[in-house]
This record gives sequence, structure tokens and C-alpha cells, in this order.
Amino acid sequence: MNPYFTSLFAIVTREALRFIHQRERFIAALVRPLVWLLVFAAGFRAALGLSIIPPYQTYITYETYIVPGLCGMIMLFNGMQSSLSLVYDREMGSMKLLLTSPLPRWWLLFSKLVGSTAISILQVYAFLAIAAAFGVTMPPAGYVAVLPALVVAGIMLGALGLVLSSFIKQLENFAGVMNFVIFPMFFLSSALYPLWKMAESSELLYTICALNPFTHAVELIRFALYLHFNGTALIWTVLATVVFTVLAIWGYTPSRNGTGKKG
Amino acid sequence: MKGLNVSNLSYSYGTKQALRDVSFDVPAGQFCALLGPNGAGKSTLFGLLTRLLATSDGRITIAGHDLHRHPRLALAQLGIVFQQTTLDLDLSVRQNLKYFAALHGLSGRDATRRIDAALDKLSMLDRAGEKARALNGGHRRRTEIARALIHDPSVLLLDEPTVGLDAAARAAITRHVHQLCDDGTTVLWATHLTDEVYPDDHLVILHRAQVLATGRCADICNGVPLPETFLTMTATPA
Repeated sequence: MNPYFTSLFAIVTREALRFIHQRERFIAALVRPLVWLLVFAAGFRAALGLSIIPPYQTYITYETYIVPGLCGMIMLFNGMQSSLSLVYDREMGSMKLLLTSPLPRWWLLFSKLVGSTAISILQVYAFLAIAAAFGVTMPPAGYVAVLPALVVAGIMLGALGLVLSSFIKQLENFAGVMNFVIFPMFFLSSALYPLWKMAESSELLYTICALNPFTHAVELIRFALYLHFNGTALIWTVLATVVFTVLAIWGYTPSRNGTGKKG
Repeated sequence: MKGLNVSNLSYSYGTKQALRDVSFDVPAGQFCALLGPNGAGKSTLFGLLTRLLATSDGRITIAGHDLHRHPRLALAQLGIVFQQTTLDLDLSVRQNLKYFAALHGLSGRDATRRIDAALDKLSMLDRAGEKARALNGGHRRRTEIARALIHDPSVLLLDEPTVGLDAAARAAITRHVHQLCDDGTTVLWATHLTDEVYPDDHLVILHRAQVLATGRCADICNGVPLPETFLTMTATPA
């Protein structure tokens, strides 16, 4: 087999094995969005009136509205989880094994991205299946059409995780990432409320939400689930992916001293 | 020059100089001990040799390949055992080695054959199916050395590989790695323990970022026991 595909296959398999070994991680990844869907949405549906906005062609329940946002949330958290495990790997040394391989570094990082995206997609489908069991369903073909959108969104959020892992020097600093990256990214997006609602409250917040790449990842997923194509969201998400990937490759270049230790 | 060549290498962390104009050669098939007290710069040197760190001051040649200009060719010739264990403890010995083989583009029957040969060389073949977590420190180290040999590297780097091991395991691993040189492998073994160095070994003494001595161990010591020589040399400021 080609050395590139051999290494890609091995890295993805390792990510999958690691995920299987951490069953608690899988359960935690599902419980979080399910709490939002079954508890938060139930309480919130009365407070939030939704008008008919694309891609919806009829009035929808709040639970239906937040499902794409929660798919994005799973991917966002998974991207951060991968980033956390990269920082851990670097502290524990196993990242060195990857970075001293004779294959190009960008390829090895890309393989890591593919691995973490595959895990994300698996989690999203498990979540969509449970949501369907609770009566929150999408058009049947939407479950297939969403796959490419999940791939693009997963790679974008995984690349963001890679960038963060290259700049975070210690595991202890990771709590800061939660506060300064995950929460603002999630709440300043269209995951929980449509952007026109945000515009009613604050034009500034609306602008920030509209610029947030996570908003576009969520919209890409939302439109795909309803068999619509959102070109703007795709362009924004791909653009963000390119920026994050370039930053990640730069972050992992040897001359940045990212993986050294004094001795 | 097919072994390892380091010339005029310097590196600093901000204002702190970690290596200053370091030069030495390890001829092909030689065991070279890099001896230095804690903080001498050994791990920095390993970071540079493995391209985890980079500097434009100086040159590193691995089996004839310039690490800066041809990193992939140079890294393909390098086997590395890091100071900290880098095994995935939830995977078996064989799975760990298969993962590493794949990172070097090796798969299928070729990878299996190489893995079996490397494990056999380190007397670990009968433990191949065990989880890495179930192994003791000495066996984990042997697994890591076997892993570093899968791709038949010309140069093997080991960064304080006996840290945390008992005396018997330490002696066994030191002996095993010395034997690898008989097959033509060049070895650079970083340590601060003088009993791991044999009189015929090539020796590089690193202290306070500088090379204090380089040559055959017995020649450097000149009849004085190595621990004494080492203590005398590193007691005086570099």
C-alpha cells in the first residue's frame, strides 16, 4: 500500500481504537446535546417564537430548530477533545512519535484531522438516531445529504482544535479554552437561536454571530439536513478550514520550538 | 560519513544558551555514550537530532543525509527511543509496533516480518500479544527499542532509556543495545550514569551546553575510573 495511505489508515484506526476504549467519552458526548434537546429545548420552546425561515417551509418546534446546532456542538466539543488529547500526547511524549515520522508533517496532521472528524460524525449520527427516537426527525434523505456537510464542518472544527493544541503549552491551560473559545463560539452562533432574533437585541452581536465560522458550519448542516445547499455557508466554512489548517501547520513547525523541553 | 555527524550546533531558549558550538562524530557501527549531568543540554540535543526542535546554527548529518535540507531522508534513517515512554498502554505490543511501522509507510507481510524480527532481537516475541500496560518497565523499554528498529535505521538514538529501571533491567538493556552495534547500527545513548559506558565505547561529555571531551572512553579516562574522570571534568565550570 502507498505509505501515505498506510499512515492515514493507521492514524484513523488508532483514533477509533482510542475512542472505543473510552466508552465514557462516547456517553458524555451524547449526554451533553441530549440534555439540551430534551431539557433545555422543552423549557425554552414557549419563550422563543420561531418564524418560517429557510430552509424550513413550515412552522417548526424549537427542538427541531436546535438539532443542527447540537450536531455542530458535538463536533465543536469533539474538536476540542482531540485538541486536549494532542496536548496530553505532547506532554506524555506520544506526539513525538508522530512528529518524527519521515512522512510530511502536514500529512500526519491531516490524518489526525480525518481521524477526529470520523469520530465526530459517528457521534452525530448516534445523536440523530436518539433524537429521531424521541420524535425529532428530518427528511429521510437529509440523513445522507448531511454527510458531506458534517465532513466539512468536522474538518474545520478539528483544524481549530489543532491550532489550539499547537499554542497551548500545558494541559492546565485548557480550562481557559473552554471559557474563551468553546462557549463564545457556541453562544455567538445560530446554533440556539436564529440570527434575526439576535439582530433584534443587538446589531453588534448579530455581526459577530454572522462572522463566526461556527454559525456557517451549523447553517451548512441545517440546510443539508433539509436537502438544501447553502453556498455562502460552504465558502465560509472552507475558508475558515484553510486558515485554521495553515495556522496549525505553522504551529507545528519545528522552528517554533513547540515540542521541545529543556534538559 | 554514514554514522552521525554534528557540527557547530548552537541553540538557545530565549536568552538561555542550551547548546554552544557542539561538534562530534559517531562513526558507523559505533556505540557512543553522550554523558552529561542533568541540565547539560542532552535533551535539547536530542530535540534537534529528532527535528522536534530546529536551529539554523550548525549542521546535523544522519547516515549521510543533512537533517535540515533533507529531513525526510534523514528521519527515515533514524530510530528513536525517547526518555518518556511513548507506548499506547491500551494497545498490545504488536499493535503498538504496527502503528509505528505504518508511520514509516510499512504495512502487510513486510511489516509483520520486520516486527517479528525486531521483537525477537529484543527477546520480546513471546510477549507480542500482551497489552503494553501489563509489561514491567524493563519490558516496556525493550518494546520501545524493538519498535525503533522496525525500519532498519542506520542510527539509533536513545535518550536516557534506563531511567526508572532496576539494576538488572538496566544492565540487560545496556548490553542489548551494545550488541546492536555488531550489526552495523550506530548508537547514540544519552545518559548521566557512568556504569552504562564500556571502555571501548565512543564518549562525548557534555557539560553546561558545551562538549568537554570526545573520543574513546578508555583514552579520555587515561587509566582513571570513568566516574572519577566525569566528576572531575564536570566539577569545574565550563
